[in-house]
Amino acid sequence: MNYVIIGNSAAAIGAVEGIRQVDRQGRITIISDEPYHTYSRPLISYWLAGKVAEDRMVYRDRNFYENNNVNPLLGVKAEKIDFEGKKVILAGGADAPYDKLLIATGGKPIVPPLEGLNKQGVFSFLKFDDVKEIKKAVSAGSKKAVIIGAGLIGLKAAEALVKIGVEVTVVELANRVLPAILDEQAAAMVQDYLGKYGMKFKLNNTVARVLGDSAVTGVVLQDGTEIPCEMLVVAIGVQPNTDLVKDTDIRVNRGIVVNEKMETSIPNVYAAGDVAEGFDIVYGASRVLPLLPNAYQQGEAAGRNMAGAETAFAGGLAMNAIGFGDLPMLTAGIIKPDSEEYEVLAKAEPETASYRKVVLRDGCIVGYICLNRVDRAGIMTGLLKDKIDVTPFKDRLLSYDFGYVDFPEEFRKSRLSGGVA
Amino acid sequence: MKRVYAREEVCAGCKLCEVHCIVAHSEYPKDIVKAFKKGIRPVARVIVEENRPVSFALQCRHCDDAPCTKACITGAMHRDPETGVVVNEEERCVGCWTCILACPFGAIKRDETGRKVASKCDLCSKNDGVPACVAHCPNEALVFEERN
Repeated sequence: MNYVIIGNSAAAIGAVEGIRQVDRQGRITIISDEPYHTYSRPLISYWLAGKVAEDRMVYRDRNFYENNNVNPLLGVKAEKIDFEGKKVILAGGADAPYDKLLIATGGKPIVPPLEGLNKQGVFSFLKFDDVKEIKKAVSAGSKKAVIIGAGLIGLKAAEALVKIGVEVTVVELANRVLPAILDEQAAAMVQDYLGKYGMKFKLNNTVARVLGDSAVTGVVLQDGTEIPCEMLVVAIGVQPNTDLVKDTDIRVNRGIVVNEKMETSIPNVYAAGDVAEGFDIVYGASRVLPLLPNAYQQGEAAGRNMAGAETAFAGGLAMNAIGFGDLPMLTAGIIKPDSEEYEVLAKAEPETASYRKVVLRDGCIVGYICLNRVDRAGIMTGLLKDKIDVTPFKDRLLSYDFGYVDFPEEFRKSRLSGGVA
Repeated sequence: MKRVYAREEVCAGCKLCEVHCIVAHSEYPKDIVKAFKKGIRPVARVIVEENRPVSFALQCRHCDDAPCTKACITGAMHRDPETGVVVNEEERCVGCWTCILACPFGAIKRDETGRKVASKCDLCSKNDGVPACVAHCPNEALVFEERN
């Protein structure tokens, strides 16, 4: 059996591990246009901040490919897929034939409709090379940065840049920071904390114009404010990197559409990770979920199915762990419901930037925010995933010491005493 | 594989399991006094939950299909292929708490005594034999056994 995987991040590694759970023999080839041993994408901001050295960026041990009998083609771009001939055409003209193919090409930055983004000093914040370029610019004397987007990527970029002495202004179109994972109340506490940390914010606003000839010298915002800067980081978000399957018959909605076995519309071709559009258990619909845990799980399920072990992945959900300085936050699912069918429980302690909110639908948890006091939040993730009716212990959900002791005895014992998840 | 299970009907909530967990993972695993008085005292990797009269100890279940290992952004949280024990390679952990988000048992703790790292039960796998919490429970409210 000849397995080919395009991509070398969480979904691809999950697939290798999934395949090897079933098939120790088959030949696995990994193709990636990045020249690096598999590394953790979320660690790029840690590397830029000087918190993690390059040799600690690896997502799996240095001997991972060897131990799993993988042939890594690194720094080699997959140019095209010949679905008829079952082969991947590589840059330079060589090809990689497959029996089973996984497309795990990840995401690419969303680029706003803005002129001047080809100037020197404009960066994305997704790959290792992006932060290497940023570090070079900072070493060469860049002192001021504007970041477009106060989402997860934008704020991690901002945190790292502040840490290495850059003056940072974050511009966000929404009315709050981290709009995808926080409501107004939590976002205000986080923004307050980040402000003390040294970040400046321009909310309800965006960059209208990029100033400078060949290099960025500043930006003009929608409201006319001019901010001088030598660096502009575009961090609006990611979109599925479907370039490779453009003009092919494979079914693409926002991402490459997959079923619960991670199969695409083309036989023997699978997709997983940020490029794929799989099932979201909270929304009950297909959705792109560009998150590492989801990518790994989709990849693992794809790998097992590619190797012939029928495995259904029930679906993922939006869940994020992020922190700045000493302020962690964990969030999952629907955090800002927009209709009356939801019940919201919340408590806030602004003086310690602590906030807990739980969103219920039909007695089940469908989302939560834990800000600062995050311990044991995963218990709620488990209840959410398993669609457990929490009505009997609903009053305890906001308590910081909420735990298994609050569960009805029989339910607790069935979870703790028998087999395990 | 063998795991630790609680017998809540005989747990007195004395928290000696927490004490001995701290000792076992301290710089002085054989000296309870030094473990508490010298050096950095680690956090307990077992949690005693109580709401009188009910109490029990809870620690990592070492799930067969462990969500923490799949969610880990660095690859630090992994299953030891030889023993099946889910362990965190603390040198590679950055304390992002994605594992805390993923663990349905709430069994992973934040250790901020030094560099921020996730801390969890390793079944005392460095010592071979019976985990310290089980060995020191005065009421035999913790058992170390194989179950299906």
